[in-house]
Amino acid sequence: MNIPDSAAIPTVSFISGADGRIRRRLLLSRVFAGTCRFATYSSLAVLVVLLVAIVYSSVGRLSPDFVTNTNSANPAKAGMLAGLWGSFWLILFTSLFSVPVGVGSAVYLEEIAKDSFIVRIIKVNLANLAGVPSIVYGILGYTVFRTSAATLSIWFDGNHAIGVLGLFRVRLSKLPLYEDNILVGALTLTLVILPTVIAASQEALRSVPSSIRVASLALGATRWQTIWRQVIPAALPGISTGVILSTSRAIGEAAPLIMLGALTYTSMCPGNIDSPVKLLTRPTQVLHAPLDQFTAMPIEIYDWSKNPAPQFTAVAASGIVVLLIVLLAINSVAMIVRYYASRRLKW
Amino acid sequence: MASITQTKSVPPSVTGVDRDLDMSAHPAAIQVRGLDFFYGELKVLFNVSLTVPERSVTALIGPSGCGKSTFLRTLNRMNDLIEGARCVGEILVEGQNIMDSAVDVVLLRKHVGMVFQKSTPFPKSIFDNVAYGPRVAGEKNRSVLADLVESCLKKAALWEEVKDRLTTSAMSLSGGQQQRLCIARTLATNPHIILMDEPASALDPASTDRIENLIGELCANYTIVIVTHNMQQASRVSHQTAFFYKGILEETGPTSKIFTSPSKKATQDYITGRFG
Repeated sequence: MNIPDSAAIPTVSFISGADGRIRRRLLLSRVFAGTCRFATYSSLAVLVVLLVAIVYSSVGRLSPDFVTNTNSANPAKAGMLAGLWGSFWLILFTSLFSVPVGVGSAVYLEEIAKDSFIVRIIKVNLANLAGVPSIVYGILGYTVFRTSAATLSIWFDGNHAIGVLGLFRVRLSKLPLYEDNILVGALTLTLVILPTVIAASQEALRSVPSSIRVASLALGATRWQTIWRQVIPAALPGISTGVILSTSRAIGEAAPLIMLGALTYTSMCPGNIDSPVKLLTRPTQVLHAPLDQFTAMPIEIYDWSKNPAPQFTAVAASGIVVLLIVLLAINSVAMIVRYYASRRLKW
Repeated sequence: MASITQTKSVPPSVTGVDRDLDMSAHPAAIQVRGLDFFYGELKVLFNVSLTVPERSVTALIGPSGCGKSTFLRTLNRMNDLIEGARCVGEILVEGQNIMDSAVDVVLLRKHVGMVFQKSTPFPKSIFDNVAYGPRVAGEKNRSVLADLVESCLKKAALWEEVKDRLTTSAMSLSGGQQQRLCIARTLATNPHIILMDEPASALDPASTDRIENLIGELCANYTIVIVTHNMQQASRVSHQTAFFYKGILEETGPTSKIFTSPSKKATQDYITGRFG
């Protein structure tokens, strides 16, 4: 059907800039978009400059032996092995403590607890706790865990026994028990990341559709079976991502550990375990490691950066590069876990 | 034009249920007496009394918000999950008062299964979905589970479509298949009574058709209570119809009577589409 020529077609131009008001609005829109783009790329640029500067400064020291040597007063020999092992043990125990407590609390708050006054207070304050500076947790850890460890070490006849939180006692010869040990550090770091772990787990549990819970209960499953077989598996990608990201935050924490009295200068790896093979071949040392003194990657970096000798700048920069690589690796694991686990779960 | 009139009538493939079923010979599976239900201060069911005969289909109809779904959920105490929900009265399931505090809701729900409006397959394999009920009840024997899964999928008329891909995710099934999977999953707990909350309202006509046929087959062995918004569906699949209006059970009777000569004006108005 043809439109008759005589039909009144209003004269509208679609050519840009034909209307002054529209031109102004378009301009404003472009300015806004430009501002946002600037906000993004300016911070990115600063980050890139920092990274390049650090990698540039690390030239001269960053080499394979930097991660196989322990610390030394000689900048050409100083390495991060003790810090790497210290951080490894810290993170291992931090995860062991924070995952059951964090996920358990989240399950309680989201799935089990009735909506009571106390529960609401806890939920609101979790966000506040996540914002508490880590040095405050360091003081708390010093007061609670370090003092308990000191009390235990006296109780367990000082220098000749290992007591693991009073539960059992293993007699070994000449193994001193320190109050500034890995377990105390890990318990303190657990306090630092626990609010984040709980919040991430709560978020993941909330994203599980309630129809799954109802359907499971309707099939005669108990609440425990419903949580364990349906809700937690469905929330696992979110929970594990949250846990891994919180853990990577704990790796970078120096303040609470310094507060606890972690060693700033040492060439000893916890339990004297300086290679992965010894994890399998030296069981008594493995048992001793959690109760040994330690240093950690950020502490070593802090120590080197304070060193007045100019050669230590390269050592500190190398330490930062290694720490960043470890963090990047952990965050990549989190991304991979999230990708594969969420591909399986489509609602 | 001819096609339009055809869709209005009952599709020839739907056989419906045996309308001449003599329910008086069937003992009562569920007896509800004087049930009042509250959500906090809000009263949503008023003095509801209803008897559901064994091995038959009872349809609950009524406009939105009339309390029919709430009533259905009281029958296996799914309302326990809602905070502030409480009810007064008596619900006898096979002679036992299920509102008694000594009743184990887990045992009750195995006996009184439920199928929901939205199909809710678990994000697991087809096999694991059907085997979930027996597994949570403690069945671990692989061959027992395999036999059970097969027989339940056959009863739910899904076996032929999925027998070669039992290990694939249930999420890959179509909406109608998912709903039949949910029915198979419910059958696997070996219930006597199956509650269905608008089981076909989210499905296309062909899938609805299959679900309705399935209900017709299942009622030979199971007692079925179904909530539906679809009048034709109620008249096709049920032996007994209960009409709810504003929380009151207005009228109950054999489906043929409710749909041809209801005794109350509200029922008449609702089934002829004057409201609701």
